[in-house]
Amino acid sequence: MTDTAMTDTAMELRVARLDAIPPGEGRTFGVLGEKLAIFRTREGRVLAVQAECPHRGGPLADGLVGGTTVICPLHGWKFDLSTGDAIMGDCGLRKYPVRVDTEGHIFISFEDAAPGAAATSD
Amino acid sequence: MSVQNTKQKLVVIGNGMAGARTVEEILSRGGGEQYDITMFGEEPYGNYNRIMLSSVLEGSSQADDIYLNPLDWYERNNVTLHTGKRAAGILRRAKQVFDEDGKAETYDKLIIATGSRAFIPAIEGVKMLGGGFKPGVFVFRTLDDCRWISEYTAGKKSAAVIGGGLLGLEAARGLQKFGLDVHIVHRGSHLMGMQLDPGAGAILKTDMEKLGVRVHLKKDTRTILGEDRVLGLRFSDDTTLECDMIVLSAGITPNWEIAAGCGLTTQRGIVVDDQMRSPDDRDIYAVGECAEHRGEVYGLVAPLWEQAKVLADHITGRNPKAAYHGSKVATKLKVMGVEVASMGIIEPEQPEDEVVQFSEPKKGTYKKLIIREGRLVGAILLGDIGKAPYLMQAFDRNTPLPEERLRLLFDIGDPPKQITFTEMSADTQVCNCNGVSKGAIVACVNAGKRSPKAVMDSTRAGMGCGSCKSMVKDIVEWACGGDLEEDPSVHYFVPGVPLSKPDLIHAIRQHNLKSVSAVFHYLAGGKEDALSKPGLASLLKTLWKAEYEDERDARFINDRVHANIQKDGTFSVIPQIAGGITNPAQLRRIADVAEKYKVPLVKLTGGQRIDLVGVKKEDLPSVWRDLDMPSGYAYGKSYRTCKSCIGSDYCRFGLGDSISLALRIEDRFKGLDSPHKMKLATAGCPRNCSEAMVKDVGAVAVEGGKWEIYVGGAAGASVRKGDILCVVDSENDVLKFMGRFIQYYRENGKYLERTYGFIERLGIAKVRAVVVDDSEGIAERLDQDMAESVAAYRDPWKEAYMPATANQFASMLQVLP
Repeated sequence: MTDTAMTDTAMELRVARLDAIPPGEGRTFGVLGEKLAIFRTREGRVLAVQAECPHRGGPLADGLVGGTTVICPLHGWKFDLSTGDAIMGDCGLRKYPVRVDTEGHIFISFEDAAPGAAATSD
Repeated sequence: MSVQNTKQKLVVIGNGMAGARTVEEILSRGGGEQYDITMFGEEPYGNYNRIMLSSVLEGSSQADDIYLNPLDWYERNNVTLHTGKRAAGILRRAKQVFDEDGKAETYDKLIIATGSRAFIPAIEGVKMLGGGFKPGVFVFRTLDDCRWISEYTAGKKSAAVIGGGLLGLEAARGLQKFGLDVHIVHRGSHLMGMQLDPGAGAILKTDMEKLGVRVHLKKDTRTILGEDRVLGLRFSDDTTLECDMIVLSAGITPNWEIAAGCGLTTQRGIVVDDQMRSPDDRDIYAVGECAEHRGEVYGLVAPLWEQAKVLADHITGRNPKAAYHGSKVATKLKVMGVEVASMGIIEPEQPEDEVVQFSEPKKGTYKKLIIREGRLVGAILLGDIGKAPYLMQAFDRNTPLPEERLRLLFDIGDPPKQITFTEMSADTQVCNCNGVSKGAIVACVNAGKRSPKAVMDSTRAGMGCGSCKSMVKDIVEWACGGDLEEDPSVHYFVPGVPLSKPDLIHAIRQHNLKSVSAVFHYLAGGKEDALSKPGLASLLKTLWKAEYEDERDARFINDRVHANIQKDGTFSVIPQIAGGITNPAQLRRIADVAEKYKVPLVKLTGGQRIDLVGVKKEDLPSVWRDLDMPSGYAYGKSYRTCKSCIGSDYCRFGLGDSISLALRIEDRFKGLDSPHKMKLATAGCPRNCSEAMVKDVGAVAVEGGKWEIYVGGAAGASVRKGDILCVVDSENDVLKFMGRFIQYYRENGKYLERTYGFIERLGIAKVRAVVVDDSEGIAERLDQDMAESVAAYRDPWKEAYMPATANQFASMLQVLP
């Protein structure tokens, strides 16, 4: 079994087993010097975004999740985890592509995640 | 491969509100792509809100609360910040800025935002021979000043503030909180001479004196008495005033020296053109209190925000034609609890100026408007400032005023809002915290949001300090015409399940729903709502007690890890210390834990407990194990604690054993979930040292072996004396009626409704009838449910030995490639 896979555009890395994250919650992971929050929704979706809230750096993995919405525990900024968009707040989240294999391993793709996704300038 | 750095260098001198705000504005226009930004800040901190200094001095805010940009903000935005470094000089030919050590920083563009400093009047004895202030003399401009002032107050009896302007009054308010006798010494004939006329000033003086501040007008300080420290003041009329310390608050002086030193034009401040640029050098800008524009130097924040935007538009090329045309100065503030609004001129200046005035000194109300050619050119409001938002808008936009002048002073019948909002231009900023304009609100309504709540959620208008909420609501109503939708969710227990609390409870029982996900599944069409989860979890636990099916994702983070999250993602740990009673062994253990885990802050709480602040999430289980004490529940929407006074064992006034009662209360109710937090106290006599009368639930011993039970008290964001629920003659009865009241509140309180809101909504008569007189025949059932809830208690810190979920206490899981 390989833990990493390289393609032209992205590197895919196995980061955890599904059961490292309880249903409906998130956990923070440190991967390749980046911090990301990976969530496992109650509907069974696994979604990964940047770990820190763009507002004041709050730990998003500690936030409440409903559907694919997460609420930052510090000041209540809200984001849609499936798109990275802000629902309440000025600035969206960087998203990371996720794949879960049949054995329940979570893989994240790096570099492919468009860095511009987090930056808006309104 | 090498990366060519094509960015220009931007240097900013000054990291105060003007400097930092300007950089924020530049960054938000993409300036980070154009410039490498370096800032000089004299103070060793990030950027903080200077307006809030008086709250820090009086203790209602912590220094941490007033940071606008903490140090890591600079790092995140790639801004190099030299803290504690004063820029000493500018060499324009070499385009360099030097710091005190002679180190040079090269710039392509330079912004001077050096602000201002306190003006030091020429008073004999203000300084010592060596040049420093005489001990006991202070100014009030920086966080360090706050600290030095508060340190010096120890053991002192009285303080004098020299200067009765806005800043002087704020300083006086702060000093009062240290228990000092506070004097305001003012040269002028009335307080706040810049903003108020003599009539309003006189009313304000009366208000201040009622609050215990002594005001001395027309007093010109000549000498500060005392050889090696402050002992008093002598005035020009040879009278004297004894005092232990002095705060100088006689105005501000712009810091223009660095500009003058390199040949830029300075008058009162650094002269700038409409692009905030020096007329002498195309690459140097000045902004904020140090800048002089068209002969004006501004000392308020609103003009500064406007200047920062123009500067940013210009320097980034976003709008090269951006121009600042000066600001109309309007202020709205609260001085020692007295509300004041002032704008424009304070006295009529031309013969045809029209003055509309109302004065009711006994109530502390004063209103005066100055109208020229049908438009507002000045206004003073004191006491009742309800009309201030409308008037400030009319003043700022120069809109024509309605003919009926009375409407300008008072709300009579239905105020003609339409006129106001129709005339208000679309770019008027309504929410100053989040920068939302009238146009953005109207656009949101036009896009289909038809209730104030929906508009606030989507624009964030009104979600900052909240003071503009009513205006946002009015604008939404106006923009909707007759098409306003009442948001039904205001009646729901939680926003995501369309049922009121009684209907929701009925449905939960009927369908036997024992988990939050089951409630969403059966009662909300399967649609999960994050914000609704904690409220549902609390209710289900109250209804099902031990049978409740706990789903950890339904809890707020505090309740998942049984500690209170802090702004940096660490946690605060407060062990149970019932009744505030501890012992040397326990204290030693707490001290050991604090040392072992390098706890950055150990703090006594208001609830007579000890708070270990800044504990890392992954350390929580071992901290609890080492403490070997139960959770104090200082994080939940639940029973928190029961304070107690010394009681009858030692106190010579004690009538009842408040300590023993507090221990029994804590033992019975610890950890109970409730609609909101519950803070309790017991007092051994009516002197009420433990403040039991302003607690959610309190017991006060009175003569004859009796206890008064108080409910619905508050002394936080709201202050309310509790109502007496009943008077009983045994500790057992205290526990019984307290328990019955708490259970009734748990079942009938709205989520996040404190007991004071609950009591005011239902009325104490109704609550007393149900809880004491059993008017609904449910008393026995309430007691029974309470007993079951008590029995379901389990110390959550036991999860130190058996985590409830995977990686429950991991702050970060490191993945090795």
